[in-house]
Formats: sequence, structure tokens, C-alpha cells
Amino acid sequence: MTFAATLKNTLAKDLRLEWRSKDAINSMLFFALLVVVIFSFSFELTAEESRTLVGGLLWVALLFATVMALNQTWARELRNNVLDAYRIAPAPLESLFVAKTIGNFIFVSLLELVIAPLFVMFYNLRSLGPTYQLVLVSVLGNWALVVNGTFFGAISIRTRSREVLLPLLLFPISIPALLAAVSATTTILTGEGSAYLSLVFLAVYDVVFTTVGLVLFETVLQAE
Amino acid sequence: MSYLYAAYVIVWVVLIGYIVILARGFKKLQEEVKELEK
Amino acid sequence: MKSKFAIFALITFALLTWGLYEAMIGAPTEATMGPVQRIFYYHVPCAWVMLLCFPANFLASIAYLVKRNAILDAFAVSTAEVGVVFCTIVLLTGPIWGKPVWGIWWTWDARLTSTLVLWLIYVSYLILRKFSIGGPNPVLAASLAIFGCIDAVFVFGAIRWFRTQHPQPVFGSGPNSGIDPRMLHAFFINMAAFTAFGILLVWLRFVLERTRQKVEEAHAMKALRATR
Repeated sequence: MTFAATLKNTLAKDLRLEWRSKDAINSMLFFALLVVVIFSFSFELTAEESRTLVGGLLWVALLFATVMALNQTWARELRNNVLDAYRIAPAPLESLFVAKTIGNFIFVSLLELVIAPLFVMFYNLRSLGPTYQLVLVSVLGNWALVVNGTFFGAISIRTRSREVLLPLLLFPISIPALLAAVSATTTILTGEGSAYLSLVFLAVYDVVFTTVGLVLFETVLQAE
Repeated sequence: MSYLYAAYVIVWVVLIGYIVILARGFKKLQEEVKELEK
Repeated sequence: MKSKFAIFALITFALLTWGLYEAMIGAPTEATMGPVQRIFYYHVPCAWVMLLCFPANFLASIAYLVKRNAILDAFAVSTAEVGVVFCTIVLLTGPIWGKPVWGIWWTWDARLTSTLVLWLIYVSYLILRKFSIGGPNPVLAASLAIFGCIDAVFVFGAIRWFRTQHPQPVFGSGPNSGIDPRMLHAFFINMAAFTAFGILLVWLRFVLERTRQKVEEAHAMKALRATR
């Protein structure tokens, strides 16, 4: 099967499975709601303060929610030895990687669509900078988290304490992306300065790590 | 001054601790080799 | 091989002792920072060794994925472990030096943050090796090392560009210009001593790992023969 066909099928399968069971979505949504509420009432901020801090809070919340989603989607592959089936199938494994990443990306983006309005509401947020750039930050930032998360998910399911190892592997690697995303979000919200550099940085990060992930995914999946 | 001594002590504690870990690793391997040769 | 090792170990030990003497007594006390500055003679050489170990691991990991040679993997894990040991020392001695001299334990500047991230990455590398099902999985570990090192570069860049509004005390760039030759002398002795010690530790760990690999092979052969 061709790359595109495998990708489409795998992605459709993942989305369909998720839609029917709603495992990942439910746990992510609930967790996200909890996080927003807890952060909101732990930090009572004025409108000005909140603009400088919300960037950090939002991305921390997204990071944790991403880890939850990733654990779920990879755990699903372990049941019924689906992973072994992938390994011997003639389909290119890179398409599996891209399909999984896109699937996770969709979940995390859906989640963000829920969290962001909640943040706006609880913190009385109003962006002082160009709002369309916020969309760009969230797309690039989500992809950064998700592409590394999917790759490390594939690694950590082959270990004994997989739910612990995924965040352990993911967090240090994601630090630059988080920094850039938070910096961009804060710059846009406060309207001070340009987020251009951060966006370029995020884009470069995304390209580099997607490439490395694509190159190494087959190696990692076939490792014993 | 106490900072200085604390720092040096830490350096040596960590290094010697690692050497001890390596030594234990060697001993464990020695036992395994003996078991194999039995 | 063993006698070469013994001689090297003796030289290393001699250098370390000389280095300790020079650092504590031989070198003059620094004017502005006082005796605490002597931490520099240990802090910087350890950082140097760590910066030798981690790139070595990066190269060994790439080479392993290409060649799949067990010797390369043994070298990779040795440099990773020794690197973590020296990185730990750097992260512990740095703040101890920083607090009395600059008044702060920590700051999120490029160098410190990158060091911390490298430590986190390589500790997770070691944990991955330990927790892999069926023994350390060299392929997974090597992939992680590659990701980790590329990431360290990004971290350094990220902080340089996104956190420049914070104060930047400069750790690890020794005493200012007009450096006393006796200080330089003490510094170089310790650099040599710790480099030698780093090599010694990697050597030891390498031998340990190769032995462990061979023992595992022997176990497997024994089990195979038993089925005949």
C-alpha cells in the first residue's frame, strides 16, 4: 500500500476507535477542566497580571493533557498485539507515525479549543496583540508536543513502567518548544514586542524533530 | 569557607560513590561467571 | 592491558592529588571572591569532562544505529553514565559557588538551563536502559540520545533568545583578566587530572559493560546447549 493510503486508513481507524470509545477524549477533557479551575482559583490575578502568566499556565496544562492522550492512544495499540501486526505489514512504518501524530494532534487541538475559552472566561482575558498569531502559536506548539510525544510513546510502551517513562522522556525534550510557545503566547497577549522570532523557532523545532522522528521511527519500532 | 569544603566534599562523595557502584557491579559479574563455570 | 590500566590509574591518582594541593594551597586566594573561588578548580574541569562525554555518547549512538556493534553500545552507556556523574557534580558545585559569590543559587540562563536539561535527558536515558523489557535496549537508548543531544542545542538557543531580560551571571568563565599565573597553573593541573580521571572511569565502565555483555551471551549459549 502507498504511504498516503496507509496514512489515511490508519488515521481514519484511530479517529473512529476514539469516537466510539471516547477513552482519551473524556479523560483529557475532564483533566483539562480540573486544571483550569484549580489554576484559576489558586492564582487570583488582575487582568494585566493574567496576561503575563496565562501563557505559562496554558502550556503546562496542555503538556499534561498531551501526556494523558498519548498514553491512551499507544496503550490501545498494545492490546491484541496490534503493534506486531504493524511490524510485519508491508506498509511503510513512517505512515503509521504520521497518522498517529495527526490523530493525537487532532485530539490535543480539540482539547485546546475547550480549554482556551475557559481560560479567557476565568481570567477575563483580552489579547492586546494580533489574535490570529495565537492560532499559529497553538498549531506549531501542539505539533511540537505531539510529534515528540508520539515518538516517545512508541519507545516507552516497550518498557516496564510506561506511564511514568513517557513524561520523563518527553519533558526535557519539549523544554525549548514550551519556552518558545509560552514566550510567543505572552508576547501576543501583552502586545509587547513581536512573536516572530518565537514562531520561527517553533517552526524550525517542528521541522527538525518531525524529520528525526520519521527517520528513526522504523528503527525504534523494529528494535527487538 | 564552609561552602568551599562542602563543595569539595560533595565532589569526592559523588566520585567515590560511583566507584563503589562500579566495584559492586564487578563483584556481581564475578559471581555470575563463577556460576556459569560450575 | 591490565598493567597499562594500573599505570594510568597511578598517574591519574598522582595528578588528582597534585591538583587538590594546588587548588587548596598552591594557588593564591582570589581578591574579590575569596577562598570560595577555589571551587572553580573543580567545577570547570568537571564541566569540561561532561562536555567530552556527552558528544562522545552522541557519536557512539549514531554509530551504533548504523553498525549495530555491541562495542559501540558499551562505549555509549559508559560515556553516558560518567557524563551524568560529572554533570551532577557541576550542578551541585555551581550553586554552592554561586550563592556566596553572586547571592543566588540558580538562574535560568542558557548555560545552566542547558546543563540541567542535559542531565535530565541522560538520566532518562539511563532509566530507559534500566526499565526496558528484556534488558537494556540499545536501539531505543541510542535513538533517545540522538533526540536528546539535538534538543540540547535547541535549549541553548531558546534561552539565549527568549530569556535575555534576566540577569546573566557568568558561571564557569574563571577569574577575570590579569589572571595570576599560579592560578592558571592550578587550573591546568586539575583539568589534566579530571580529564584523566574521566577517561579512567569510562574505561572501567566499558570493561564492566563488555564483561556483562559476554556473560549474557554465555548464559544464552548455555541455555541453548541445554536444549540439545
